[in-house]
Amino acid sequence: MLTNTLLLALREIRRNVLRSFLTILGIVIGVSAVIVMVTIGGGATAQVTEQIAALGSNLLMIRVGQHMGPGQTSAAPSFQIADVHAISREIPAITAAAPSSSQKVTAVYGNANWSTMATGVDNEFFKVRNWTVQSGRRFLDTELRSGKAVCIIGATVVKELFGRQAPLDNKIRLGNFSCQIVGVLEAKGQSTFGSDQDDLVLVPLRTLQRRISGNKDISLIQVSVAEGRSTDKAKSDIEYLLRERRHISGSESDNFQVMDMKEITKMLTGTTQILTTLLGAVAAVSLLVGGIGIMNIMLVSVTERTREIGIRLAIGALEREVLLQFLVEAVVLSSFGGLIGILLALSASVGLANLLKIPFIFNPGIMVVAFLFSAAVGVIFGFFPAKKAARLDPIDALRHE
Amino acid sequence: MTMTTPVQKERHPLVELQGVTKVYGRGTAAMQALRGIDLRIDEGEFVAVMGPSGSGKSTCMNILGCLDTPTEGKYLFKDVEVGTLNRNQRALLRRHQLGFVFQGFNLLNRTSALENVELPLIYRGIKAEERRSRAGRALAAVGLSDWEHHTPGELSGGQQQRVAIARAIVTEPAVLLADEPTGNLDTARSIEIMELLTAFNRNLGITIIMVTHEQEMAQFAGRVVQFRDGLVWADKSNAEVY
Ligand SMILES: Nc1ncnc2c1ncn2[C@@H]1O[C@H](COP(=O)(O)OP(=O)(O)O)[C@@H](O)[C@H]1O
Ligand SMILES: [Mg+2]
Repeated sequence: MLTNTLLLALREIRRNVLRSFLTILGIVIGVSAVIVMVTIGGGATAQVTEQIAALGSNLLMIRVGQHMGPGQTSAAPSFQIADVHAISREIPAITAAAPSSSQKVTAVYGNANWSTMATGVDNEFFKVRNWTVQSGRRFLDTELRSGKAVCIIGATVVKELFGRQAPLDNKIRLGNFSCQIVGVLEAKGQSTFGSDQDDLVLVPLRTLQRRISGNKDISLIQVSVAEGRSTDKAKSDIEYLLRERRHISGSESDNFQVMDMKEITKMLTGTTQILTTLLGAVAAVSLLVGGIGIMNIMLVSVTERTREIGIRLAIGALEREVLLQFLVEAVVLSSFGGLIGILLALSASVGLANLLKIPFIFNPGIMVVAFLFSAAVGVIFGFFPAKKAARLDPIDALRHE
Repeated sequence: MTMTTPVQKERHPLVELQGVTKVYGRGTAAMQALRGIDLRIDEGEFVAVMGPSGSGKSTCMNILGCLDTPTEGKYLFKDVEVGTLNRNQRALLRRHQLGFVFQGFNLLNRTSALENVELPLIYRGIKAEERRSRAGRALAAVGLSDWEHHTPGELSGGQQQRVAIARAIVTEPAVLLADEPTGNLDTARSIEIMELLTAFNRNLGITIIMVTHEQEMAQFAGRVVQFRDGLVWADKSNAEVY
C-alpha cells in the first residue's frame, strides 16, 4: 500500500509542476531566511564574546553616568585626573588605572582621510588592555606631561591612510593639528557590526584635552585588578571612594558606574542581541510569508483537489488511502524544499560570515526548527483541506465547485 | 423475457432497490428527488434508464453506484444490504464490483490516458507490469491504443469518454453504471460508444445500467426503465434487441 501511495503522490507532484515548485519555493525561502539570520546573529554574538574574553577577567571599567540599558547613559560630571590618582593611591588591589577620553576626528594623510576615534591615554592603557605596540614605541613621559603632538595608530587607520606604505615617523593631521606617528598598535584583527577595535588613534591624554576636546574631562577609567585579588571587593572599594569624591550622599544613587566583566559583556553584547532579535524578527516574517505562500497555493488548489478526491473515492479509494497520498505529497515537497533551503542557507551563511568577517558557527538546532516549522506549514495546509474533502460522500466531492 | 426458456441461463438478481427515496436539503428547501423506487436488475442485463430531466435518474444511478446514500429504503447488492456497510466497505464495493462512467467524464487532469486507466488497478494493488498491460488492453478495446500518452486536454470529448469507459471496465466489474455517457457526443460517436458497451455486455458478461435521453441509444439495451417525478413509471423489455 505504501509503495502505491508513494507512486500516486509522486505522479501528482509531477503533473502539477508549478504548484509543486511554488510550494517548494515557499519552504526554501522560509527555511533559508531563518537559518541565515540566526547563524549570522549567532556568529556576531560569538565574536563579541570572544573579544571580551580577550580583555581578560581582571578588568574593571569605570564610566560616567548611570547605566540605562545598552549604549545609554545619563549626563553627570566627568572624572578628573585627581580621581585616577586617588584610585591608584587608595585601592591597593589594583595594578594599574588608565584614564581615557575619546573624541571623533578626521585623520588626514596626503589625499587620504579617514574618520576615526582619537583616544587620549597614558601608558597604563597598554597594561590594562593587554595591548602591545607592534612597531615604534609607547609614549615618553615628557610627551605625556607636555601634551606633545605624537600618536600611536591602529591597524585599520594604517590601512586606510597609508595602504602598504610604512607609517612610522610620518605626520598626520587630526582635526586642526598635525602629529607625528611614533608607534603602530598590534592588530586585534576582529571587527563586529559597528565596532572595529583597530580603528583608533591614541594620543597622550593631555594632547587630546588641549588640542581636541578643550577640557580636562576624563570619560573612562579602566582598572586592572591584581592577580588573586577579588574584583568584587575592588569594585565596591572604588564605588565607595568615588561616591565620597563626588559628594554623593547615602540616599542618592551613583552617577557613575563600575562595570566588571559580566557587566561589560552585557553592555557590549546588548547591541548584538538587539541585532539578533531584529534578524530573528525578519526571519520570522520571511517564514510567515513563505508559509502564507504555501497556504495560498494549497487553498487555491482545493477546488481542483476536491474533484480529484471525488474521482479517487468514486473509483474505490479508501479515505485513508487518499489522505496518506496527500500526506506523502506534502511531506515529500516539504522535506525537499527544506533540504534545498538548508543547503542554500549553509552556503549563504558561510559567504556572509566571510564578507562580514565574523565566525561561521554551525547551528543544527535552528535548522531542525526551521525545517520542522516549514514542514508543518506544508503538511497542515496540504493535508487539512484534503482531510475535509476526503470525508465527503464521493458525489459531493465530485460536485464541488 | 421468460425465466422458463431452457436456452436462457438462469438469472440472479444483482442489484435491487426497495422503496428507495432521496430528499435533498432540509426544511422548506427540501426537495424529494426519489419518491420510492422499486427496481431489480439481474446479472448480465443491459438496461437503459430514460425519463425527463429532473426525474431522478442521476440520483438513482449515484445510489446504485454507492456514490450517494438513500434517505429511506433498502439497496441490496448481490443480496448484501448496502445500508449496513460503512464508508470503507462501500469504497471496497466500488473498487471491486462497480465501474462508473459520468456524463462529464471525470478524468484526472494533466494525467495520461494510460495513467487514468491504471488508477483503479493501483487501488486494487495490482503489480506494475500487469497493471500496464491490462490498462493498455482496455485502451485498445476502446480503440485508443495510439493515444495512451495523451492527457485529457489533448483528447476530443468522444476520446475522453472512451478513456473513462476503459477506466470503468479495466477491472472487469460486475456492473457498469453509465450516466448519459453519450450526452456530450454527436450521433456517430454515440453509436460507437453503444457498440462498445454492447460488446462488453455480450463478451464479458458485464451488467450495464445506462441513462440516456435518446431513443436511438436506448435501442441497444435489452430493457428500458422509464422514470417520471422520482418514480419508476414504466419498465419494458426491448423486443427489437433480443
Ligand atoms: N445535490 C442536489 N441538491 C439539491 N437538489 C438536487 C441535487 N441533485 C439533484 N437535485 C434535484 O433532484 C431532482 C432530480 O435530479 P436528477 O437526479 O439529477 O435528475 P435527472 O438526472 O433525471 O435529470 C432535480 O429536481 C434536481 O434539481
Ligand atoms: Mg442527470
